[in-house]
Amino acid sequence: MKPLNRLQMAWRAAQDIVDGTVVNLGLGMPVSVSDYVPHDFDVVVQSENGIIGVGPLASANAADADLVDAGSRRVTLRAGATIIDSAASFAMIRGGHIDVTILGAFEVAANGDLANWDNRIPDKGPLVGGAMDLAANAKSVWVLMEHNTRKGGPRLLEQCSLPLTAVRCVTRIYTDIAVLSVTPQGFLVHEILAGISREALQERTGAPLTFAPDCAVLVAPDIALPEA
Amino acid sequence: MAIEKRRATADEAVAGIVDGATIMLSGFAGAGFSNQLVRALRDLGPRNLTLVVNSAAHRLANTHELIEAGMVAKIICSAARGHDKSGLSAFEQLYKAGKIELEVLPQGTFVESIRAGGAGIPAYFTPTGFGTDLATGKETRRFGERDYVLEQAIIGDAALIRADTADRWGNLTFRHAQQNFGPAMATAAKLTIAEVRAFSDTPIPPEQVQLSGVFVDRILVAGGSR
Repeated sequence: MKPLNRLQMAWRAAQDIVDGTVVNLGLGMPVSVSDYVPHDFDVVVQSENGIIGVGPLASANAADADLVDAGSRRVTLRAGATIIDSAASFAMIRGGHIDVTILGAFEVAANGDLANWDNRIPDKGPLVGGAMDLAANAKSVWVLMEHNTRKGGPRLLEQCSLPLTAVRCVTRIYTDIAVLSVTPQGFLVHEILAGISREALQERTGAPLTFAPDCAVLVAPDIALPEA
Repeated sequence: MAIEKRRATADEAVAGIVDGATIMLSGFAGAGFSNQLVRALRDLGPRNLTLVVNSAAHRLANTHELIEAGMVAKIICSAARGHDKSGLSAFEQLYKAGKIELEVLPQGTFVESIRAGGAGIPAYFTPTGFGTDLATGKETRRFGERDYVLEQAIIGDAALIRADTADRWGNLTFRHAQQNFGPAMATAAKLTIAEVRAFSDTPIPPEQVQLSGVFVDRILVAGGSR
């Protein structure tokens, strides 16, 4: 089977979202997760700019320049939504009221350290946004990222090489070829894509893997990526 | 004497901001930018400013006009990256040349430092940023089972914020995500100037006021769409 594409990875993470929870979805791939949460679930999507209860993207004629999420996307509100200011929004985050945040990442270490904010692009200014607050303070931090870099190097490592976003924070990782969790003993594999052996997965990972007794096959429905 | 915070023009609204001032600018993700006030500040032309603004380079904000005019010595923000993938923003060009000082804070720390500044709290401990480069040189302390970073409050000489409706007392309402950093900045600046879409001749019903006029000094009715 082919590695999961970005939307299939988002679909896979969405399967683990629990009805009635409060989630914050990072920019990029993670915001797509909400598209795959069952419609009858009451999941409150929190956005750092103070929209509590983000709904689907607004249609072109309903789009409102003042109704945006933290990624500048023009959105709608779900029933039960509220809007608060940034100080209250980050009190909600820092105070531990977010059940799950799903973030993109460059690297995750076997102890749960996360590097997702500074990939050292020459001359470009730094951009941290709310990543450190979310990573340090959400009850659970899930990462959605490709298993390997474009050059084939590992993103799951003994120690991060890039600047950290937060220490010992990541609990689960959804990649294009595996689902893993972070345990006191390091990375534990829960699902692997069909056709990839445990040895091959280990080969593509920069830290030792252990395999859950019920380790299963990673599957996702066909989901086409939109035309670029 | 009756309270009347309205000013007739943007120039009058920003009058008195001087060289070396620390200026807070609201706005995030496209909502809540006080762009008419920012343009008037550019025309006024004070130099050596410190800007306290979430993004140094948002494409819908006029912040870059202050930077391009050479008025800015330092920026305190959470995002200093331009949107243009091929080129560098006005800020990035000066930053690369070492001509502008930068302080990056996690966004929650950025706004909590402003909130603290407005609430009379000089410093506070936050768990955010512990163990990262942004905590380098900052005092840390363990409370219970967690480690925290000591962060200092931020106060401003002026805050330029955007809201929806004001009355003559300076009470404000906001549309949707327009609030963002505005209410916190209004509390933390010595002079708060609000650019609003509309003016209410009657008092805004107290329970609908989202920011008390006590925190607002001047109002510019700037219009704009609802």
